[in-house]
Amino acid sequence: MMEVVTIPPFERFYEEQQSFVLSQLRRMLGRDAADDAFQETFLRALRAYPRLEHGQHLRAWALAIARNVALDALRRERASSAEVPDIESVDEPLPYEELRRLTEDLPHKERAAVFLRYGYDLSYDDIGAALGSSTEAARQATSSGVRRLRKKEQS
Amino acid sequence: MTVSPELDSRFRDAAAAEGLLDVAYDLVDSPVGQLLVAVTDQGLCEIHYDPEPEREEEQLARAFGVRVLRSPKPTDEARRQLDEYFAGKRTSFELPLDLRLAREFGRTVLEELARVPYGELTTYGTLAARAGRPRAARAVGTVMNRNPVPIVLPCHRVVGSTGSLVGYAGGLDRKRTLLELEGALLKS
Repeated sequence: MMEVVTIPPFERFYEEQQSFVLSQLRRMLGRDAADDAFQETFLRALRAYPRLEHGQHLRAWALAIARNVALDALRRERASSAEVPDIESVDEPLPYEELRRLTEDLPHKERAAVFLRYGYDLSYDDIGAALGSSTEAARQATSSGVRRLRKKEQS
Repeated sequence: MTVSPELDSRFRDAAAAEGLLDVAYDLVDSPVGQLLVAVTDQGLCEIHYDPEPEREEEQLARAFGVRVLRSPKPTDEARRQLDEYFAGKRTSFELPLDLRLAREFGRTVLEELARVPYGELTTYGTLAARAGRPRAARAVGTVMNRNPVPIVLPCHRVVGSTGSLVGYAGGLDRKRTLLELEGALLKS
């Protein structure tokens, strides 16, 4: 039986995830831009928080939001710079809704792994950290999710 | 990686300023010990003696919604009035209250309690009568015990019919301290 994890008060979530979120944002954006993105990440999380259905994989969720915020910031930066934007190097995530629909039947961990890999282009290292498992387990969960999706497509 | 205090308080302020919180709370020092003071968009919803924030957060989340965050700004007005009260410069509170959780009889009793003046004592029986149920002194005791906003709603001014202090959710020492502050009891 799957354990139901209740959603903690936001204060707990914020205290537990803030350092992971800040690390990821600094890796992606550098120190100064990371501060603005930090606030935006947790404001977005706060807006969506009452709609969460359970308290599982909250770290993965927080890091996915952080990554989206960082990608938005990078896009804005490129759009506003005088140089021709190098679109190729901005890894555009699959449209969120489509990925959500495609993966809705997957087991929870596989769904999270596929989402983070293809929706947010996280490395297996990051996915492992986000899901609280090893890099190798993250790789396996992702590929087993993808196999399942292929099978579904063929059937 | 440590989040700097500046970055941290920037987020906590922004969360409140954008109206995204179900409950904002802060910890406030007072002559009767540390207090947890919590507000919703409707008003003051809780004052808690000897707070254990994690436990109180859970309770607030169950009662008002999961977006509970320590965020000082929304509690500033309550904190200011409490400071004035403890300095002897304020005899009544002007704060909107959120008593959503109190039902029917409890709410009627709390409304009557709000009318007990500074520095005066009343009894559980009198309060029960004013709330329309003269025999419900014991039930009034229960309502006092669960008063969500002690000090502001002055359950410390309610004593037994013989004048004994009887009880107080925050402990009798605090009840005595508050009554001495208001000049309702002589210092022993």
